[in-house]
Amino acid sequence: MIGIPLTHVLLVSTALFFIGTYGLFTRRNMITMLMAIELILNSVNINFIAFNRYLYPDKLNGVFFTLFIITIAAAEAAIAIAIIINLYRSHQSIDVQDAEEMKY
Amino acid sequence: MSASSISFYILSAFILLSGLLAVTAKKIFRSAIWLLFCLIGIAGLYFQMQMEFIAAVQIIVYVGGIVVLIIFSIFLTQKSGLEMPKPSFLRMFISFIAVTLGFIFTYSLIHKYGFKTVSSSPIEMSVSNIGSQMLSTTEHGYVLPFEVVSVLLLAAMIGCIVIAIKIKPEDK
Repeated sequence: MIGIPLTHVLLVSTALFFIGTYGLFTRRNMITMLMAIELILNSVNINFIAFNRYLYPDKLNGVFFTLFIITIAAAEAAIAIAIIINLYRSHQSIDVQDAEEMKY
Repeated sequence: MSASSISFYILSAFILLSGLLAVTAKKIFRSAIWLLFCLIGIAGLYFQMQMEFIAAVQIIVYVGGIVVLIIFSIFLTQKSGLEMPKPSFLRMFISFIAVTLGFIFTYSLIHKYGFKTVSSSPIEMSVSNIGSQMLSTTEHGYVLPFEVVSVLLLAAMIGCIVIAIKIKPEDK
């Protein structure tokens, strides 16, 4: 693993972050937008693990940050899905264009 | 090129390809399955960096928890066989431009920075090391964020129940 330069790992995580951003911009369905957010959070996790592995191999701080990010992502996904199901009950649709009562 | 670097490049190509398909697939169920493959590939990347504990947590929480939750909610709210409406060409074009510019900007910053790799002796990433530092109350312990996160999970659980509960209309 040490033969691979750090910038290549960061290239992968940066590309994954912007793929997730592209999904967040183009999709209008709430579940697919949630998937794009999961991709973004995963790219941040790759960054933390790579920095811990390459720059501070004698510490564990990146591991803890990754664990807390995974925990918060799980909580966020559960709440988002509860909101989506509630929205589907009242609007019969989970498209973000259809939920515009509070827009103006 | 050694075998580990070849497997790293294959793995990262797999991650990026399945991530790209997860945000561009036409059917929502296929998109969820591509997301599943992408998360498994990221777990493989953690295995390759010798972070076995994080890889196990990734597989258990993301692949076993979040993706299954997403698939359940797809079945509850969508007709998963139908194709989703395509976004307008203008929106796709503008977001593609924005994303490409952002990627080039960020990667040029990373490329110019030049990280210095240190060669201090690596700590053993065993579960006992991680657990004892996470629950220690000394200077570099993480027991306070651990407790805060446990309160946050409790709050999220109660919040989910309150949001998704179905209130029966009183029929009189």
